[in-house]
Amino acid sequence: MGWIDWCEQLLASAQGGTVLGPWEKLNKDFYQAFVQEGRWNMYIEGIGNTLKVAVLALILGFVLGLLVAMVRTFHDQRREERPSFLLGVLNLVCKIYTTVIRGTPMMVQLLIMGFVIFKSSRNLVGIAALSFGINSGAYVAEIIRGGLMSVDSGQMEAGRSLGLNYIQTMWHIIIPQAIKNILPALGNELITLLKETSIVTVIGLRDLTKAAQLITGKTYGGFMALFGVALIYLAMVMILSWLVNRLERRLRSSER
Amino acid sequence: MSGKGDVLIRVENLEKHFKGGQIHALNGVTADIRRGEVVVVIGPSGSGKSTFLRCLNLLERPTGGKVSFGGVDITDPKVNIDIHRQKMGMVFQHFNLFPHMTILENMTLAPIKALKKNKEASEQKALALLDRVGLADRAAAYPGQLSGGQKQRIAIVRALCMEPEVMLFDEPTSALDPEMVGEVLEVMRDLAGEGMTMVVVTHEMGFAREVGSRVIFMDGGAIVEENSPEELFGNPSSERLKLFLAKVL
Repeated sequence: MGWIDWCEQLLASAQGGTVLGPWEKLNKDFYQAFVQEGRWNMYIEGIGNTLKVAVLALILGFVLGLLVAMVRTFHDQRREERPSFLLGVLNLVCKIYTTVIRGTPMMVQLLIMGFVIFKSSRNLVGIAALSFGINSGAYVAEIIRGGLMSVDSGQMEAGRSLGLNYIQTMWHIIIPQAIKNILPALGNELITLLKETSIVTVIGLRDLTKAAQLITGKTYGGFMALFGVALIYLAMVMILSWLVNRLERRLRSSER
Repeated sequence: MSGKGDVLIRVENLEKHFKGGQIHALNGVTADIRRGEVVVVIGPSGSGKSTFLRCLNLLERPTGGKVSFGGVDITDPKVNIDIHRQKMGMVFQHFNLFPHMTILENMTLAPIKALKKNKEASEQKALALLDRVGLADRAAAYPGQLSGGQKQRIAIVRALCMEPEVMLFDEPTSALDPEMVGEVLEVMRDLAGEGMTMVVVTHEMGFAREVGSRVIFMDGGAIVEENSPEELFGNPSSERLKLFLAKVL
């Protein structure tokens, strides 16, 4: 008798009122949470959606964050040299964006996006990625801005005094040094983002957490599904931090 | 047209206020820097001498007055300052080498990116200059591997790679250990000997006396006295300069 048949039997006898031993119960619960009716597919779908949201949000967040950081740094550093009305307006917009986004809960932002702004859309992955991207952008902007400001001001002066223009100095001198300072914080943000995506369940997206919730509801037992999902998150985060660490080490080794 | 003795930098009524006008770093400074001159600027700390120097290539934007370089008013906002900075080398107190680049990359970055020179020619020139300051063997090293004196010598030749018409020195030996001051001053002395126009802010009175063709004493954001080194050190006329010299000599 195969394991699956055995578990089916255990399940039937449990439903019939038989009290199972601990080992039998463990097998039955595992079977119910991951195997029965092809439930592992729900986890895979969930992982897929979680990763899709996280990666899209990461890209969007990084692009937004970079733009905002550029505008704000550019504004602060060039005000004296070349004052510009347009830059002032852009800077104000960026300031309002970071203040509002960082000053309101992610959950509320997600609900507003899902049930007010895009209430007629069914593209839940898109809505979630957009919400998380916009949210992450505000944090990434501050991380990048901090990184750019952490580079000694003498570096900008040295570049400019050699006759390089602002953009050249930024690109060849400031940004390469800033990246090293930014990377750990950016890695952290990425990990936070991945875990934070679990709240997309509130707009009904079937991510990894939602899969566990659905299965818990069906099997009347949350132990296996929730712990299983926790383990999957943990594994993803560990892989991610390993990758970030490796990248960091490689960048450091280039300096000596 | 651009012979020795012509005015290269003309500074007129230069003013610089920091923090919304609360701090007056410069109060109407007027001076000429002529080709081939070595002008040494001395004065107590807070006298505005570094601000004055940094206004010459507009690292500090003056709040009033004019700076002309080679006859062009570079304080005019329409002027592309980058073009003019390419002809004004600057050496900083804290060297400001680029730590993520090798010495050779430090030296060739600006010639390649700003002057659009080709890589081989720039590298050759950089290596020749390194050889001149006795650091040819460090071309592939990173700044973090060098001593302070070596870093400052590199900073000087990095600026020279741009073939500037004038070199500005902002307290080039102040951050150095005493035993390394000599090697940097020697490079500067050689440079002066070759006829390079130099403006040097320094506390090295010996250098001022020996190498300077003119010494400017600043205090309170203004030029108090300027004269040949012999006259200025041997026969100071203002009380403030006498007091200052009594303290530093």
